[in-house]
Amino acid sequence: MKILNDIAHSFRLLIINCSLLIKRSVFLVFVQKEFYHIFRDKRTMLILLGMPVVQLILFGFAITNEVKNAKIVVFDSSNDDATRRIARQLDASQYFSVVRYVKSQQELKQVFQDGNISMAVVFDERFNENLLHTGKAQLQLLTDATDPNTATQLVQYASSIIGDYQQELMEQNKVPYQIQPEVKLLYNPQMKAAYNFVPGVLGMILMLICAMMTSIAIVREKELGTMEILLVSPMKPIYIILAKAIPYLTLSSINLVTVLLLSIFVLNVPVAGSLFWLFLVSLLFILVSLSIGLLVSTLVNSQMAAMLVSVLAMMMPVILLSGMIYPIENMPPVLQWASNIVPARWYISAVKGLMIKGVGIAAVGKEVTVLCVMVVLLITVSMKKFKIRLE
Amino acid sequence: MLHLSESHSESSAEGLRPIVHCLSIDKSYGQVKALQNVSFDVAPGELFGIIGPDGAGKTTLFRILTTLLLPVSGSATVDGFDVVKDFKAIRKRVGYMPGRFSLYQDLTVEENLNFFASVFNTTIEENYDLIKDIYQQIEPFKMRRAGALSGGMKQKLALSCALIHRPSVLFLDEPTTGVDPVSRKEFWEMLKKLKQEGITMLVSTPYMDEASLCDRIALINKGQILKIDTPANIVNQFEKTLWTVQSKDMHRLLHDLRANPLVDSCFAFGDTHHITINNGQLTIDNLATYLSDKGHEEIIIHPAKATVEDCFMEMLR
Repeated sequence: MKILNDIAHSFRLLIINCSLLIKRSVFLVFVQKEFYHIFRDKRTMLILLGMPVVQLILFGFAITNEVKNAKIVVFDSSNDDATRRIARQLDASQYFSVVRYVKSQQELKQVFQDGNISMAVVFDERFNENLLHTGKAQLQLLTDATDPNTATQLVQYASSIIGDYQQELMEQNKVPYQIQPEVKLLYNPQMKAAYNFVPGVLGMILMLICAMMTSIAIVREKELGTMEILLVSPMKPIYIILAKAIPYLTLSSINLVTVLLLSIFVLNVPVAGSLFWLFLVSLLFILVSLSIGLLVSTLVNSQMAAMLVSVLAMMMPVILLSGMIYPIENMPPVLQWASNIVPARWYISAVKGLMIKGVGIAAVGKEVTVLCVMVVLLITVSMKKFKIRLE
Repeated sequence: MLHLSESHSESSAEGLRPIVHCLSIDKSYGQVKALQNVSFDVAPGELFGIIGPDGAGKTTLFRILTTLLLPVSGSATVDGFDVVKDFKAIRKRVGYMPGRFSLYQDLTVEENLNFFASVFNTTIEENYDLIKDIYQQIEPFKMRRAGALSGGMKQKLALSCALIHRPSVLFLDEPTTGVDPVSRKEFWEMLKKLKQEGITMLVSTPYMDEASLCDRIALINKGQILKIDTPANIVNQFEKTLWTVQSKDMHRLLHDLRANPLVDSCFAFGDTHHITINNGQLTIDNLATYLSDKGHEEIIIHPAKATVEDCFMEMLR
């Protein structure tokens, strides 16, 4: 009950102060000053505005687990009509390119160990003969499973191509009622990595800019000694904090728009759902990040410490535990549980729903609720922790 | 010893309510005692100096009076308000210039001044007459970023910013540390003019030569106040015989003077050594002979009048 009262009290204060300070020009002067700091530090501004672009392009194009022209070798002990056609079809697809034909098991082993090959297709002896006479023929797909995700995808693609050939064969021989297993990939039929990375990068960028930059900006005043002067002034501490937050809120909004434009026009990831809700949920996440930055700034006293805390305590969980790179379902239970307290996890999940799947706001109600609770808690705690003195 | 000569000091303005009042302030950081039983009063309009070496507790004292730190025990009021209970009222009234240059280096001179004027709910125009003399010296550079100013100009800008709201008490924490001698002199002249405007000022400094520029001073060391009086009274109370001694080899001279049992104390003061003499057993001629026997050349010995620094060194012994 006491906590609820505290929360209610903090927010009443916040709202009263917000309405008060809009009327007062001192607040606007303060915000203007913050913008000067940002605009005059050209290098930082370049990083802040350029980072989303670079990250999105990196994740979208370079660091990708999409399968494209994977190098494969063929060990064809049969070398007949059917095996040649299958190899040709694999080669013709955009996923594979046959770079070599090998003649022996030894050679095959050697090629794999050299490491340039992602998959080998090994045809049984008398492949076509077996296929036509017994209706059964065997081929083996060998993949380099050091990268299990890619390996699985390769096998899937190859199986599908081989399946196509099989069906073609059946149709030619007029054998009816052949059932082929069909794999349909929902939401991301081409398995495009961008679908996964756009929400992830959004979560990371917003968290980085809001939380890290806000905490650094506040701590810088402590480090420079200007916080001392500001404290010994009629200015309310909460104005100092809010004035710091507003420029980064603006910057984050610019970044949000940049990332969305890039993903729509460069990465061809459309916004399937409501743009309005996407922005609103993003704004909510920005608030969570700002309040984390605020909390960090109350805990540390140097810019270096603020940066370290931001990177270690926030960036790593965002990258590793948010489901951005590793699926949460694949994590050990302890980490799955830990991922619940990472705000980005909920945000990324909501963005995937709103942006990629195109579901309504009701479908991501749980995520939005969790984020709301986090904002309330974080703001309450950091307002309680904010020091009105030097100790 | 603490209030020994307060009653007959010239400018303690008896009868007036003190504008800054400290009563047995204690402050410690963990095991370290930063301030012990510090008490003093400052009268309205006074230029009060807190003089002591680095680490004496000057900054801690200023931070307590400007409500930035809480004392462990004791009480203090500034302009009638308690530094703990009424911190908000004090923050509206006082001006504070911290020891380090604490303005925004990436804002211009004018932007800094405008910003602090807004923070204190005023404008440059409103109190321009107060800062005019100071600000005019840096006005030609008003479009320059504060970070690109020289040390002396930074001090002037910081002072202008601290004065912009016409504070009732101005706290200046080591304002002249790291500033060249010419700028230091100029700075003290500015403070004298501000005194005429009726602004009470507390100035801390490690430079003893600046003590004589204050109305009254408190000598502080290791968190304890050694003496509070006017600079003149402090100097006049110095009872020992004081000589300045010079020779060609100043370093060996210090050693030889300290080796003489009739020399009470000997300290290096810039280009001379100051020595005090055990009552009447040594004459200037005797000492000159003693030194030339030790092989010193170009010996110059003069009787001298004590400075605040001599008094401070004497108190520390």
